[in-house]
Amino acid sequence: MTTPNTPLWEVFIRSRNGLAHKHVGSLHASDATMALQAARDIYTRRGEGLSIWVVPSTAITASDPAEKGMMFEPAESKIYRHPTFYEVPDEVGHM
Amino acid sequence: MSCANIQVSETPLVLYALRRADDALILGHRLSEWCGHAPILEEDMALSNIALDLIGQARELYGYAAKSEGRDNDEDKLAYLRDVRQYRNLLLVEQPNGDFAHTMVRQFFYSAFADLYWRQMMSSRDATLAAIAAKSEKESAYHLRHASEWIIRLGDGTDESHRRAQAAIDHLWAFTGEMFAVDDGERALIHAGVAIDPGILRGRWLRTLSDVIDEATLSLPQNDWMQQGGRAGRHSEHLGHLLSELQSMQRTFPGLTW
Repeated sequence: MTTPNTPLWEVFIRSRNGLAHKHVGSLHASDATMALQAARDIYTRRGEGLSIWVVPSTAITASDPAEKGMMFEPAESKIYRHPTFYEVPDEVGHM
Repeated sequence: MSCANIQVSETPLVLYALRRADDALILGHRLSEWCGHAPILEEDMALSNIALDLIGQARELYGYAAKSEGRDNDEDKLAYLRDVRQYRNLLLVEQPNGDFAHTMVRQFFYSAFADLYWRQMMSSRDATLAAIAAKSEKESAYHLRHASEWIIRLGDGTDESHRRAQAAIDHLWAFTGEMFAVDDGERALIHAGVAIDPGILRGRWLRTLSDVIDEATLSLPQNDWMQQGGRAGRHSEHLGHLLSELQSMQRTFPGLTW
């Protein structure tokens, strides 16, 4: 049975070689092995992945939503940090 | 399509495919009964996935049985229009779900066999059966891993989960002998390289069981009296109830499609 003691896990799936693992959701499982199996059964049913990571949710340190002004707003005014001021020659192709 | 029972010309090859198809369909149906009822959502999905794997295997095997028979039966008729006595599945797979431990032990006993069986069948001289085996083997390997992990946790979990797992093992053990039995028709297919002799798998099957059951701090029963009959159509009372649900739509609305 699901009890408050069943740990929560975050699931990351890598869909193709060369791509990064992406967070897809979370699940409850008693331990890492069971979490991996459950992740396979819940999140890769339609061929979504080639690799799975499961991480205890408690291992994740999250930023505080209340601090989002301090954390993220200063970056919004720094448009010069975006590499959009360069002319990319046609010969370079897709970057 | 009428709702009357069909007749099947059970040549050895048709019967062989039918038996494996019935195993997969009945076990798949049993697992589908958990849909919406499993102890946790994660397991609900896992059991439904396994059910779909098995029903997929059943479809291919029914299709091949129908083709080999060469009459106007097809996979749907074979599944929906045969009565209890015409079903050829193992008694093990028709046993009721019981508690979660019963379901997992049933799955463990079957998958430990199916994994070995399909791997061996990949070298069948029958190209269709070899192809079905190649696909089924990967599915069965996962079913076995899934069930094994649960057996270990149930056995080595709480007093209650241990007691329930041991009770399931003791109850279902007598239905495992049938997996290794062979009749004359099958012996001819084995001789022709179409089928494999399941007897040669028994040692490895027992080792798989022992490894997991030891780790789970459970034990295998010592008695070796085995129940038989499913392969010949002599079933427990449970199969009739299962079929009445599985077949109710086709029996009530013959030829129904959606």
